[in-house]
Amino acid sequence: MKYCMVLVLAVICQFASSQDCKYTYVGEVKDFHDGTPLPGATVHLKTQDLYVSTDFNGKFKFENLCNGNVTLVVSHIGCETNTVEVTIAGDTFGTIKLEHHSEELNEVTVQGESASKTTTTAQETVLKTETLEAYSSGSIGDALKEISGVSSINTGNAIVKPVINGLHSSRILIVTDGVRLQDQEWGIEHAPNIDINASGSLSVIKGAGALAFGGDAIGGVVVLNPVKTISKDTLFGKTIINGQTNGRGGSASSTLTKTFKKGWFVSGQGSYKRFGDFEAPDYNLTNTGLDAKAFSIRGGFKQFEKGFDVFYSYINNTTGILRASHIGNIVDLVNAINSNMPLFEDEFSYTINNPKQDVTHHLLKTKFYKRFESLGKLTIQYDYQNNQRFEFDRRVGDDRDKPAVDLTLKTQSVLADFKFDSNINRKFNVGVLFRYQDNFANPETGVRRLIPDYEKIDLGAFVTTEWKLNEQTILDAGLRYDFNSIDAKKFYIESRWIERGYDNDFANIVIEDIGTQLLVNPKFDYHNISASAGIKHTVNTNATVLFNYSLSNRAPNPSELFSDGLHHSAARIELGDLRMKQEQSHRLSGTFTYTNNTFSATVEGYYNAINDFVYIEPSGTEQTIRGAFPVWEYKQTNATLLGADITLGYIISKHWGLSNIMSYIKGDDTKNNRPLIDIPAFKTVTTLSYENSDWKDLKASLSSEFVARQSRYPNNNFEQFIASTGTNVLVDISTPPSAYHVLHFNSSIRLNKTEKMPIVLGLNVNNILNTSYREYLNRLRYFADDLGRNVMVSLKINY
Amino acid sequence: MKTIKILTLVLITVVFSACSNDDDSTPAPVNAEEVITTLTATLTPQGGGAAITMQTRDLDGDGPNAPVITVSGDLAANTVYNGSLALLNELEDPADNITAEVQAEDDEHQFFFSATNNIGTIAYTDMDGDGNPVGLTFTVTTTTAATGNLTITLRHEPNKSATGVSDGDITNAGGETDIEVTFTGVNVQ
Repeated sequence: MKYCMVLVLAVICQFASSQDCKYTYVGEVKDFHDGTPLPGATVHLKTQDLYVSTDFNGKFKFENLCNGNVTLVVSHIGCETNTVEVTIAGDTFGTIKLEHHSEELNEVTVQGESASKTTTTAQETVLKTETLEAYSSGSIGDALKEISGVSSINTGNAIVKPVINGLHSSRILIVTDGVRLQDQEWGIEHAPNIDINASGSLSVIKGAGALAFGGDAIGGVVVLNPVKTISKDTLFGKTIINGQTNGRGGSASSTLTKTFKKGWFVSGQGSYKRFGDFEAPDYNLTNTGLDAKAFSIRGGFKQFEKGFDVFYSYINNTTGILRASHIGNIVDLVNAINSNMPLFEDEFSYTINNPKQDVTHHLLKTKFYKRFESLGKLTIQYDYQNNQRFEFDRRVGDDRDKPAVDLTLKTQSVLADFKFDSNINRKFNVGVLFRYQDNFANPETGVRRLIPDYEKIDLGAFVTTEWKLNEQTILDAGLRYDFNSIDAKKFYIESRWIERGYDNDFANIVIEDIGTQLLVNPKFDYHNISASAGIKHTVNTNATVLFNYSLSNRAPNPSELFSDGLHHSAARIELGDLRMKQEQSHRLSGTFTYTNNTFSATVEGYYNAINDFVYIEPSGTEQTIRGAFPVWEYKQTNATLLGADITLGYIISKHWGLSNIMSYIKGDDTKNNRPLIDIPAFKTVTTLSYENSDWKDLKASLSSEFVARQSRYPNNNFEQFIASTGTNVLVDISTPPSAYHVLHFNSSIRLNKTEKMPIVLGLNVNNILNTSYREYLNRLRYFADDLGRNVMVSLKINY
Repeated sequence: MKTIKILTLVLITVVFSACSNDDDSTPAPVNAEEVITTLTATLTPQGGGAAITMQTRDLDGDGPNAPVITVSGDLAANTVYNGSLALLNELEDPADNITAEVQAEDDEHQFFFSATNNIGTIAYTDMDGDGNPVGLTFTVTTTTAATGNLTITLRHEPNKSATGVSDGDITNAGGETDIEVTFTGVNVQ
């Protein structure tokens, strides 16, 4: 009997077990975006090592399953493989979604080198990590000059502002990690607060086509993207160490990223640069040292369907300003212009004395996104920026160590956008923006404020769309509205108020009369409409054409409105105008790209007509007890910019290559019928390169950079009476310097065998022949030559 | 959803904390501290007699109005005058005495004098700690009757050891100009 019981139990057990494993799982594989079934997907039942394919309706079936958990691995061409845990509870039905858009895929899976474009029909160029690494010890402005049509406007060699197709400062948006940089970008001597080592890739969009970033990018947008992370358990990083002869200093930068399979990631980056006085070929550039510190941390969670990140960055730059450029009055300026040498030179030193700038920028950002099935992706972002700017001048007595400029600019922005991408052929993106900005000019400086206290509110809304007509043709269009409101409190010297005629036009904004000065409260509102439309057509496998039209409006910046007074460091009186209107740009552009196995060419043409274009130019002199000073006034006119940028590449043989970039721009003031001021001259850079991947991955190149003399410039020269000699002299502040030609050499070899974690040694020489030259768009060109030869050694370690 | 809540909380906190320091108050005026509004040269005849004063006064500082330049009278021929300079910032109340500041940093300052048409020769009568001239006091020696211009320049951080600078020649002085004034039509009778 006992035996029987065991037998019965065994039968029951057998029965029970076979009963548990008779269930069927029917699944359906769908595209995440539009919910369409995906036929031909492979489904791998991991626990039993069974494979099936989905049928025409995206369905599949596994039979004889037991209750409990099973693991399915679903893969499909062009999709990211998805691993899902499924609970079997009786006959079960389930849907598995795959992500099916290749360009979206980049966003989640590809690491490092990948650099996709952000626009479709705009003129956009991407610089990859490798290119940026070559500028590890330099500035973003220097790196951007790799791109045809991008130049820079400099104050010496360390303060470098990008110029895109002849436009700069407030006309260029710099977007780092999705955040529009708010760092007093209005001033020519205000360099962008960016540590180039923090970015994985960078792209330059010429013109205002990228409406999602802002409507006022009359010049263009520079987008810096962080290194992309991949969702797997890994730890990677790199260190770049750089030393150079010119400036007798160097830089070090390190990045470390830890990622987890589930999607969590954390990343840290830091860099430090230190240089002493730089040298021109014939003399020291006294007081041009640099001390730059930066670090950033980032962490978050990233999955296809949802994620968030938190980012904080700190940047502090102390930059010496060429001692010889600090002058007293117009007589000193005449002396400086007429002398071939800087009028002040000292022995090499690492000390950064006055005049100098000390700028600190904090950026805190948090972003959250979520994807909705068959609909799209919602992104919400908040950022806070704090920009503290000190400018130290040469002062006497108790004020010796007091800054002459002390501005704190705080900005907060909230952005939200929704990308409707369920229909890959008809994508829409809508977004809104709210921004609040507060500027505080510290009165403790004892120097009248150049930029007043103000509060500013920006509201914006945009919609952009991209339509894929067929495999060859894509259309895009966008519309944006921005409202800017500025509320300032500013003191005017009474005599200036009257001289400007403000006593007639703005009498109602005076809120207090304190004797020699008036306190006024200008409040201005601006409504800006911007729009963009373009087409991209793939002619054949070798050729593509793009056309784009963009309309943009830019409200005047605080400097253009409120500047009033002597800018000590520049020895000029700068005057803004409260009557300043928005400027409006109509930009037409066309691009032709041709690529075959050995040859590639990109030709970009553009015509930019800007109404009420704001510019600053000399307009005479004013007499003070210190002598006469040139007056530089902000004015408005109508301008046209017509230009072409060309990029060519030719692969000569397995090892040799030849490339060229060149750009020409013609800028005209159509109201006054004369050339525009500060337009970059014709430039061409030809590079011969050698590469040998069999021998230590050797790369070497020789570049020849030629910049023509700008022959088209407005003549603002004037005569000045010099009392000490009793004569009139010509103050030549207009004539551009001569053309110049400089040679550069770049090379690198890989020291180890592992391709995945290369250790790369680099040797670069800039200005090989130690040529003396001056650049038209360097504000210190009146005082000294540009940099002489610079030999740089760098070591890059990946781990 | 938890992340959203946390993010919203962080956001609200930051927005409020950042907005709360908002200063809607009136900004404080800045009266430029280092401005020199007024230079007065007083020339007293060594043999006694009425002093002549020459003054430049720019009460709007760096504003658009040009300085007001006055000369109280004519110089006498064949006379030695003891000269002294006084500097004021009259934008402050009471006026700030800049002469004292220059005196305290006399090694970093030097006045230069230049006269046209031989209206007189100027000689330094003071020295800094290094034995170089400063020019806060000086003499003017006139000879024959003439009419010309007298220019007074104050340089900050000149190179006092450069050729000719200690003799009053501005050519190689360098530095920055703090004051530059020309008294035109000075008569010697």
